[in-house]
Amino acid sequence: MTTLFDEHVRIDAEVAAQGALMGPSPASQRELQAHLLAHGAVPAVDARTVLRLAIDSGLTGHGGAGFPLHRKLEAVNAARGRAIVVANGAEGEPASAKDRWLLARRPHLVLDGLQLVARATNATDAYLYANHRVDVAVLTDLLAERRRARLDRVSVTVVAAPDTFISGEETAVVGHISGTAALPRFKSPRVTERGVRGRPTLVSNVETLALLALIARRGAAWFRSAGTPDAPGTMLLTVGGAVRAPGIVETGHGTPLADVLALAGGPLTQLQAVLLGGYHGTWLTAGEAATAKLSRSDLAPLGASPGAGVVVAMGHGTCGLVEMSRVMSYLAEESAGQCGPCLNGLPRIATQLKSVAFTGGNQQAVAEMRRLAGLVVGRGACHHPDGSMRFLGSGLRVFAAEVELHLAGRCSRTSGDVVLPTAVTR
Amino acid sequence: MKTTKAEPRIVVDWTACDGRGLCAELLPEMVSRDEWGFPLIPEPTVPASLRDHADRAIAACPRLALRLVRT
Repeated sequence: MTTLFDEHVRIDAEVAAQGALMGPSPASQRELQAHLLAHGAVPAVDARTVLRLAIDSGLTGHGGAGFPLHRKLEAVNAARGRAIVVANGAEGEPASAKDRWLLARRPHLVLDGLQLVARATNATDAYLYANHRVDVAVLTDLLAERRRARLDRVSVTVVAAPDTFISGEETAVVGHISGTAALPRFKSPRVTERGVRGRPTLVSNVETLALLALIARRGAAWFRSAGTPDAPGTMLLTVGGAVRAPGIVETGHGTPLADVLALAGGPLTQLQAVLLGGYHGTWLTAGEAATAKLSRSDLAPLGASPGAGVVVAMGHGTCGLVEMSRVMSYLAEESAGQCGPCLNGLPRIATQLKSVAFTGGNQQAVAEMRRLAGLVVGRGACHHPDGSMRFLGSGLRVFAAEVELHLAGRCSRTSGDVVLPTAVTR
Repeated sequence: MKTTKAEPRIVVDWTACDGRGLCAELLPEMVSRDEWGFPLIPEPTVPASLRDHADRAIAACPRLALRLVRT
């Protein structure tokens, strides 16, 4: 199973506590026939109905920001010009594999969802922006098959996302498809107003679209039967690190984090910490992880969010600073290099963290990291500096005892295992 | 979305800014520079008394990296 993805994210388990996308079994529905057998065709719904379903279901984005889908649809519809829709499966996050899982196992649900948002926005062009490890030829074949079956009103172009951390950032997506570069840009005007080639553009995560495809068939009330009233529905999670069966898990919003770890076979060793939301996400202590529930409102007091559904468990015997240091260096390399504070600040922070992680460092190095963090937060075109500093700041809090240990010339590391994958690309 | 007529704020397009520093020279009341030369604007809301100076600083930016927004 692992070969479907890559060497960085292990997929030993595909399990659903509440299975919308994964049900009735995680087996592949890549064949159109298997897809139609499992789900039937998409009902012929009009634009207004799609919007109504998006509103009534409370469907929010699964790419990380959790923005309500219906508000994007409304914004695109309010803008002037013929709309473009994009299914975003860039998944630049090295610890995430759920979007690739969808493109491998449920591609037709994603493509159904893309047609639904095309209908809702009266779009004339559609794109599937896929992770660089996904075989574009396979997706193109699926699209040809759908065309022969007359399933798609709007033709879809598959575009391979570049292998960068920020390639899935909305304005970077628009840049790459427009033929410039997959780099974030200034957020005004919004892509819903001026996106691909200057046209109103809806960029939606592939999981969001796949869920919409199910909602169109089964209704908003069905979707709301999972999750919580303020965070309805299910989500896919990539659970990795020190668990017995790392993999893709589907569960309702608001599910206890402990249950999610149990679905992935449970912790391998005594839990030390959990990283939620990926490398722009938040570290939790084992104590916090024991009681946390995976919804935006439940996690807000911890400064965390489910983000794009990355959960990494870290056991005792692993040094949080060593893990963080490798990731900080990666994040510094992955700066697009456009914004001065990020370009200059992240490498310097990474250097300071490296000194603390590997040579013990000193108090000044810790203080310097905090000072530099203050200089990069809020000073970039995209979320990269802010997200990277959330990762750093929460880690320094959760691993405060480890920091003290390092300053005293020691380290708690007893295992050489790498918990946080980094695909070093340059 | 409800629109209210908010006080104007200075916003930096960080992809355009390359830290030339004219803004800090023309609007020292609001703008200083970090160790790499990029603008630090701790309180971006422009008071009426500084509006002319702010407009001048925005117009003078050789990279057109400053904007005045009301949101």
